[in-house]
Amino acid sequence: MPAPPCASCGKARAALRRPRSGQALCGACFCTAFEAEVLRTVLAGRLLPPGAVVAVGASGGKDSTVLAHVLRALAPRLGLTLHLVAVDEGIGGYRDAALAAVRRQAARWELPLTIVAYADLFGGWTMDAVARSTAGSGRSRSCCTFCGVLRRRALEEGARRVGATHIVTGHNADDMAETVLMNFLRGDAARLARGGGLGSRGEGGALPRCRPLQLASQKEVVLYAHFRRLDYFSEECVYAPEAFRGHARDLLKRLEAARPSVVLDLVHSAERLALAPAARPTAPRCLLPLRAVCVQPREDLWTGSSGLPSGVTPQRWCPPTPGLSWCLCYGGAVDSDLGRTAEPAWIMIAHLAAPALGRWSRECTCPAHVGPPLPTSQILC
Amino acid sequence: MAAPLSVEVEFGGGAELLFDGVKKHQVTLPGQEEPWDIRNLLVWIKKNLLKERPELFIQGDSVRPGILVLVNDADWELLGELDYQLQDQDNILFISTLHGG
Repeated sequence: MPAPPCASCGKARAALRRPRSGQALCGACFCTAFEAEVLRTVLAGRLLPPGAVVAVGASGGKDSTVLAHVLRALAPRLGLTLHLVAVDEGIGGYRDAALAAVRRQAARWELPLTIVAYADLFGGWTMDAVARSTAGSGRSRSCCTFCGVLRRRALEEGARRVGATHIVTGHNADDMAETVLMNFLRGDAARLARGGGLGSRGEGGALPRCRPLQLASQKEVVLYAHFRRLDYFSEECVYAPEAFRGHARDLLKRLEAARPSVVLDLVHSAERLALAPAARPTAPRCLLPLRAVCVQPREDLWTGSSGLPSGVTPQRWCPPTPGLSWCLCYGGAVDSDLGRTAEPAWIMIAHLAAPALGRWSRECTCPAHVGPPLPTSQILC
Repeated sequence: MAAPLSVEVEFGGGAELLFDGVKKHQVTLPGQEEPWDIRNLLVWIKKNLLKERPELFIQGDSVRPGILVLVNDADWELLGELDYQLQDQDNILFISTLHGG
């Protein structure tokens, strides 16, 4: 049986049925509708005001490729200046190929590209080094948890370098739904409470972030890329099989087969959540200033079981720039998993990452910490 | 009795990795009793094209959730999914959505 005619133009054959409206559209009309919805999302949420300089988190993958393409089309209408910011986590056999795709895109779209590398920002710590450090540490610790935190910082740094006023990332509705599931499964009340809404205003001096594709289903993102013939990188990160998100993703996919609206329903449920008073996260505890610790890194931590990647030497650093503090750890779940165990690799990353950006780390468990706790100020997670 | 069919089977979005990295396959399906539909095309693909890890492509008698199927650039949902009967010179594209973006 042939496909019905397009409900919009009536001329071409329909190529797909939109999940929410059930409308059958041809490829061209679908792309137009998709772009119109992103525009509506941005305008209705006042996400990107005219004159904004927008750092687009670009990984070479399908979501950030579609995001950059759509924003580039909408930029004149919205009065935006776009910069691509790519993060090089230092994952061999994966990130180089992805960055090659980003470079091709930057050239094709004539957009400036800035690449920020973990190795430069975090004192030689690539994800490969982190993975080696965290492998086999008793509980199956996923290096992906570290990556998420460090990538946010790297993206922030890249955005500042290009003078951006806003950061956008390509998270789609499926990503949001997976995150909701993960937060439930890990009992992460703090994140559940924070999760809703289209973007964060940017607390503690961080740049405001938003996700213009947040209401677009993953399937539609892929179909948009297909109909617009966009070139993207489609391999899985070599560490992805270890990531906890995979469980949430599998569950979501199976649920979707039984109930197609589950993705958007989950996202909307999370937006409407109110936490019981007893569950509300307590105010973050005291901050320990790095300067009290990090002038003299402890040798036994550096040469512990984690070892140092070759070519990286322990560094001394100046006291961090006084200013706003921010939380390096990932929040409640990671705190309980990692923050209290004084694991050498984690402490090392905490010490290395924070001074690089002139900020403090929260709840550092390094036994070498000296100095009185400070009262809390704004925390950015 | 179905006559032999010549179709193009394509893989994208990373699915090609299960097929030796080859994206486009010109395929001649042999004549057989029942008409060729997507359901028995999948069986044929599993037997003749799939190089590794069938569970990443096929689940039960359908594709793994997260793999999109387009026939002549149209979502198979519009065409009857597994029951769509293949025509000569059809293009069947399988796109994986199962990776980060």
